[in-house]
Amino acid sequence: MPQSHIMPGFRPALGFTLFYLALIVLIPLSAMLLKTLQLNLDQFCDILTSRRVLTSFQVSFGAALIAAAIAAVLGSVIAWCLVRYPFPGKKIFDALIDLPFALPTAVAGIVLATIYEPKGWIGKWVMEAIGVQIAYKPLGIVFALIFIGLPFVVRTIEPVLQEFDSAMEEAAASLGANRWQAFIEIILPNILPAAITGFALAFARGVGEYGSVIFIAGNMPYVSEIVPLLIITKLEQYDYAGATAIGLIMLVLSFVLLLLINGLQWWMRRRNGQL
Amino acid sequence: MSAMNPSFSHRAKPLTLNDSAWVRHTLVVISLLTIGLFLILPLATVLIAAFAKGWSTYAASLSEPDALAAMRLTLLTAAITVPLTTVFGVSASWAIARFEFRGKNLLITLIDLPFSVSPVIAGLIYVLIFGAQGWIGPWLSDHDIKIIFAVPGIVLATLFVTFPFVARELIPLMQEIGHEEEEAALSLGASGWQTFFKITVPNIKWGLLYGVLLCNARAMGEFGAVSVVSGHIRGLTNTLPLHVEVSYNEYDFVGAFASASLLAGLAVVTLVVKTFLEWKQKQDLKAARQAAE
Repeated sequence: MPQSHIMPGFRPALGFTLFYLALIVLIPLSAMLLKTLQLNLDQFCDILTSRRVLTSFQVSFGAALIAAAIAAVLGSVIAWCLVRYPFPGKKIFDALIDLPFALPTAVAGIVLATIYEPKGWIGKWVMEAIGVQIAYKPLGIVFALIFIGLPFVVRTIEPVLQEFDSAMEEAAASLGANRWQAFIEIILPNILPAAITGFALAFARGVGEYGSVIFIAGNMPYVSEIVPLLIITKLEQYDYAGATAIGLIMLVLSFVLLLLINGLQWWMRRRNGQL
Repeated sequence: MSAMNPSFSHRAKPLTLNDSAWVRHTLVVISLLTIGLFLILPLATVLIAAFAKGWSTYAASLSEPDALAAMRLTLLTAAITVPLTTVFGVSASWAIARFEFRGKNLLITLIDLPFSVSPVIAGLIYVLIFGAQGWIGPWLSDHDIKIIFAVPGIVLATLFVTFPFVARELIPLMQEIGHEEEEAALSLGASGWQTFFKITVPNIKWGLLYGVLLCNARAMGEFGAVSVVSGHIRGLTNTLPLHVEVSYNEYDFVGAFASASLLAGLAVVTLVVKTFLEWKQKQDLKAARQAAE
């Protein structure tokens, strides 16, 4: 029911919104569901429990988890510095944080591969210094996903820190708490919901990420093959059923993550509302 | 002007000076190292690699017919998808921010859904409908209509991945602005469209441009979804990001990075305009709040 009878355009606006949503998103997504229903349960399970599929899920989820955790820590530090400390060039650094959002993933992919490959600027140095190869190994996937995940964390924590009322910190200090106690007791509980939300956003994005990963991953089956790449490989072999079954699991997982993230954001808003 | 507004500066308190110098320095160094390694170095690398063999090789690889065809296709794709996504975003935010109805939260979640779907799946779903083995694939090939491995498929996949971009900027903005001004105009006899163009559009213009800007960056830069439906036909179905991939995989690194430098340039311009729009919008909101006082 429209809340205000004077405001026009409810029916056409909602009608077009639903029509376009159905046309571009809902009908195509349900095509995938219907395609999967053509498989019987045995076929479906066979596809998903093959060793290649299982290892690709391990690679994708493992790398996304580690990368999101590292991005959560580094992103929190960056957000803290950007909000709290004065340093030269801060505005430019702040604007640069969104680069992974704006830079096409294929560009990010070839650039990261070039930098971190065994002969690349950083890759060569790391190889010589500690004997670790980054690109064309699972570690390369983690590096690409840290790049992708960083802005999610920084941009979720930054506004919370900006809104954060420093009076509580000052009160803690005047009551004799040291800086570390103030951090643990006051600051951390207040930014934790945002940090977890940023982590979840980075993780969700990382699991499905394709372009920035495939150039640096090496794409070895059973070792560094991510799920999105396996879907494409199956499609190229005209194994539509296999691609669809894996795709459906990914879709269900991303929907679960989306609901989880919505819940986290609601929790975050409520926490901040209570401040 | 409003930078001199005293009501804004009293918040800036030097409370962080409580942190000891070594804590501050360590954290700033960690931040700058991360930003340097993950953001600045990649950006610099694009330029260095693109000009590795000099200006003339750079220019030659960009004026190559396949590269030019890729640029044209990328511009065409953006020219179709950005207006459609914008019209959708405006209409969705009008319905959601101006009216109450059942299932509104579900609708907002569904609008956000393409954001959390892997780009590869965004391509896959269209292959399942329009591909040779897809739902209407046989019918399409009987009538000689090509969607997959052709431009329409690329446009559809791009429409999917850019779907939420304008709506998710406008919905919270229009909710924050409220509908009092629009109601006043309507009750004074303005028509719906007059109210929209004279009241709503000026109020939301920076947010709208912001959404359009990000939508355009994604439309021109999308790789995964487009990669699935394109078929990588040189000169025909390669967008600029796909041209980067093909050149790179053929060890034409200067060619790959030359095309990549155009996309990186687009990203930098996007960031600069975005920063400007954020500043503009903040000023507008501040002015509106002052006017309300």
